[in-house]
Amino acid sequence: MYATNYHRASSVEDAVKLASANDEAKYLSGGQTLLPTMKQRLAAPSDLVDLRHVSDLKGISVSGGSIRIGAATTHAEVANSAEIASACPALAHLAAHIGDPHVRHMGTIGGSIANNDPAADYPAGLMALNATIVTNKRSIGADDFFTGMFDTALEDGELIVAVEITAPLKSGYAKFPNPASRYAMTGVFVAKHGDGSVRVAVTGAGSGGVFRQSDMEQALASNFSAGALDGITVDDSDLMSDIHASSAYRANLVKVMAKRAVTAAG
Amino acid sequence: MGMEGIGARVARKEDKRFITGKGRYTDDMVVPGMKHAHFVRSPHAHAKIKSIDTSAAEKMPGVIGILNGNQLAEDAVGNLICGWMIHSKDGSPMNMGVWRPLAQETVRYVGDAVAIVVADTKAQARDAAEAVVVDYETLPVVTTAVEALKDGAPQLHPVAKNNLIYDWEIGDAAATDAAIASAAHVTEMKIINNRLVPNPMEPRAALGVYDAGDDHYTVWTTSQNPHVARLVMSAFYNVAPENKLRVIAPDVGGGFGSKIYIYPEEIVCLWASKRTGVPVKWNSDRTEAFLTDAHGRDHVSTIKMAFDANNKITGFKVDTIANLGAYMSLFSSSVPTYLYATLLSGQYDIPAIHANVRTVYTNTVPVDAYRGAGRPEATYLLERVMETAARELGVTPAELRQNNFIREFPHQTPVIMCYDAGDYDASLNAAMKASDYAGFPARKAEAKSRGKLRGIGMSCYIEACGIAPSAAVGSLGAGVGLWESAEVRVNAVGTIEVLTGSHSHGQGHETTFAQLVAERFGVGIDTVSIVHGDTDKVQMGMGTYGSRSGAVGMSAVVKALDKVELKAKKLAAHLMEADESDIVIENGELKVAGTDKSVPWFQMALAAYTAHNMPEGMEPGLKEGAFYDPSNFTFPAGCYICEVEVDPETGKTEVIQFVAADDFGKIINPMIVEGQVHGGLAQGIGQALLEGAHYDPETGQLLTASYMDYTMPRADDLPSFQVSTTETACPSNPLGIKGCGEAGAIGSPPALINAITDAIGNNDLTMPATPQRVWAALRSAQ
Repeated sequence: MYATNYHRASSVEDAVKLASANDEAKYLSGGQTLLPTMKQRLAAPSDLVDLRHVSDLKGISVSGGSIRIGAATTHAEVANSAEIASACPALAHLAAHIGDPHVRHMGTIGGSIANNDPAADYPAGLMALNATIVTNKRSIGADDFFTGMFDTALEDGELIVAVEITAPLKSGYAKFPNPASRYAMTGVFVAKHGDGSVRVAVTGAGSGGVFRQSDMEQALASNFSAGALDGITVDDSDLMSDIHASSAYRANLVKVMAKRAVTAAG
Repeated sequence: MGMEGIGARVARKEDKRFITGKGRYTDDMVVPGMKHAHFVRSPHAHAKIKSIDTSAAEKMPGVIGILNGNQLAEDAVGNLICGWMIHSKDGSPMNMGVWRPLAQETVRYVGDAVAIVVADTKAQARDAAEAVVVDYETLPVVTTAVEALKDGAPQLHPVAKNNLIYDWEIGDAAATDAAIASAAHVTEMKIINNRLVPNPMEPRAALGVYDAGDDHYTVWTTSQNPHVARLVMSAFYNVAPENKLRVIAPDVGGGFGSKIYIYPEEIVCLWASKRTGVPVKWNSDRTEAFLTDAHGRDHVSTIKMAFDANNKITGFKVDTIANLGAYMSLFSSSVPTYLYATLLSGQYDIPAIHANVRTVYTNTVPVDAYRGAGRPEATYLLERVMETAARELGVTPAELRQNNFIREFPHQTPVIMCYDAGDYDASLNAAMKASDYAGFPARKAEAKSRGKLRGIGMSCYIEACGIAPSAAVGSLGAGVGLWESAEVRVNAVGTIEVLTGSHSHGQGHETTFAQLVAERFGVGIDTVSIVHGDTDKVQMGMGTYGSRSGAVGMSAVVKALDKVELKAKKLAAHLMEADESDIVIENGELKVAGTDKSVPWFQMALAAYTAHNMPEGMEPGLKEGAFYDPSNFTFPAGCYICEVEVDPETGKTEVIQFVAADDFGKIINPMIVEGQVHGGLAQGIGQALLEGAHYDPETGQLLTASYMDYTMPRADDLPSFQVSTTETACPSNPLGIKGCGEAGAIGSPPALINAITDAIGNNDLTMPATPQRVWAALRSAQ
């Protein structure tokens, strides 16, 4: 790790101010990606602005079908939230299966989606749940937020404050972990919404990061059952290929995990 | 056996410090004035070094010195060597390319050390290393042995045409070919043994200290054999004469073979300490461990096994190409030859065997012994072909094996080894019973109702441990003898120190070696200390690898104990005015048999040191040493049965049950033996299911250089093991010990792959059997 300057932000405004003071500053949330990257000297921010002590960024509130999760809320807090478990159990399930206990007690939802790792779990969940990402400047729909591998709609210095979700009627998440890293080699989140629409979002497989599988969405909108996906063949032309999984294998996993996610949704 | 004697399930003495964070590893060592090193390493797999510019780096904060291969050559530091000479079948010696501790003209793998930076802090050394500018001219790269042998492949060493190190054979080619030609059935296979990264928990480290006042050198290093390190560093690398060099291997956090070898870093740290005038410490990070620790396995073989009409094996022919990486590591040449092809008879009576082995240079890190070392490769060939042949011949895997078992001992195989004892039916029957083999069809049907494919696989392994008779290995090309030393020092108050040339890096010697003393003298193991790992304390030893510490190291202790016992009895007889032959030692007392006369152990010891009342001519004191050279290898053997369930939709394999029935001969501490088997099975299952080193074939970059991409077995990948033992005592050593350190890793991979191929109905499956591979094999079988 190269030397860096640490700042503890006291508020959202303070954090933005601290970060804007230096071009090479980075926000630090749970640090589960940033810190290992810095230790390997693959990232060298001049300044780190720690968000974990900003109270406005923390906490979960559920009111009726509206769920709001502060950006600095840890995966463990989401996984163990009785309110989330009641309103959207698939999201609690997703959070409970990110990384390992250490990662879950440090990593945060805001940090995860700001990084938009193509194998992270939350991007699939938030895209399928049609979440709104609230920043210090604006609100961004999940479809517009995730713009590509490790890329988001966030502008320089823009800070995620919270994630807002309207609880779906049903949802399910199934992931096939990479045997080594245990990141999603393919993860599929399926949600049936109150307006009758269905969203299917896939992580870990797309060469451009998280994406929606529209043919599955249409099939499930008319018949929300695993069997409705039987006839679908997943096109592998935009899927990743690496030493762990070819694009053809990932295409198979997209379908298998989608069916399991639908089954899990009940 | 007493409470703490041979066969007792004694808790490990050393675990208190290990599990409370009080272990003392090389990186814990601090000496006054100590500075820190970082190595500049090649980012290219094959390149000419055109120039090294250190001018900017030398001006960086804290930098004390930056040294490269030219300065190393100025000081006449020697080449790294391979210590086992293998001759090709045409009689020519192996083609050993030059390996400089710091590369001078050419780098040959990603991670090849080019320079060392010494600075006040570790971070400063790393910063300065990044500022060293090395101008490389990249060269074409080859990473696989098969490609490297082809005409037109990139050439690594001028001495090795077509990258061939040697072309070696063993056995009777004509007899084997004749057996195949006249066979009723021949099973043919092409088998790959995947390349592995050893991954001990503690990365390698070195602390080199040059004392100018005494012109003396000390190096703390992560070694499985500090005396061999001292010998090699003195005799070949010209770093220091043996009497001026102290090598200390303190607590070492696992080795699995990878810490047998002498690597560039410990040599360079020691040399740099003299050059810079400061003690120099280096500690590998995990990425360096992946890139520079010697890897294991990496064989490609084609095999043919011939059977007669009665399903008796008549011949076994093997052609193997083994990747040894960019340079020949210390024992690399012996692994795919004498540690491999001599085990190709397995547990079977095979009249004709022939193996041809070609070893090859590639632009990858050197390959050397890794837990099992050659024997896993032999076992994997044999036990996959046996299971495959059983399927082809329409007999059960157990029947085919039992039809060919060796049942008379000693048994001379056609490939050097003479098995001294064994009962292969006993372990097979024990494993069949423990696994409820007969109940498998019902379990398979039940799994099918859940949409899962269940399979069962067997492996009957044999290995050669207790390496090794010195004259025998000398005749086969070894540069060293493979005896062991021990010294037993009884202190004046009766406490005992055992000095051993074996080295413990997880094996529990501080407990098991003490159990030998407890058994012999009836003293508590807390009064016995085991001293090892320091060339200033233990005179000489050959270290720990090849499951040799029990069979060889303990045998040396037994010899020394014999001498101590003899003198103690003589002295006690004198003190009690009894006949020496009437003295028995029980519960910490020397007694005159049949009387109530006795002398406590401590009192006898005190008498030896006060020397007020000694027998005529007896020297004072009680200290005896011994060297033990084994008369034969030992031959642990066993039967493993694995049961898996495959998810046909994803190709994911779950290991449902793993049964091990091992014959390790006499067992000193069953709990430690079980732990060794558990660890070995985890590594074997890791090889079969999860682990595999991948180099990019174009660039030679290691793609699996972290745990993000290299899959180590984790607890949830493994079932609860069912382990048991059968026993035939080893007739070749005084304790009847065979050794247990590697068996699990040797016997398990074929059992697991046999189970998966049984489940999916496709025998064309390569390790590691990742979900993707199993899924693809299932699809091609449909």
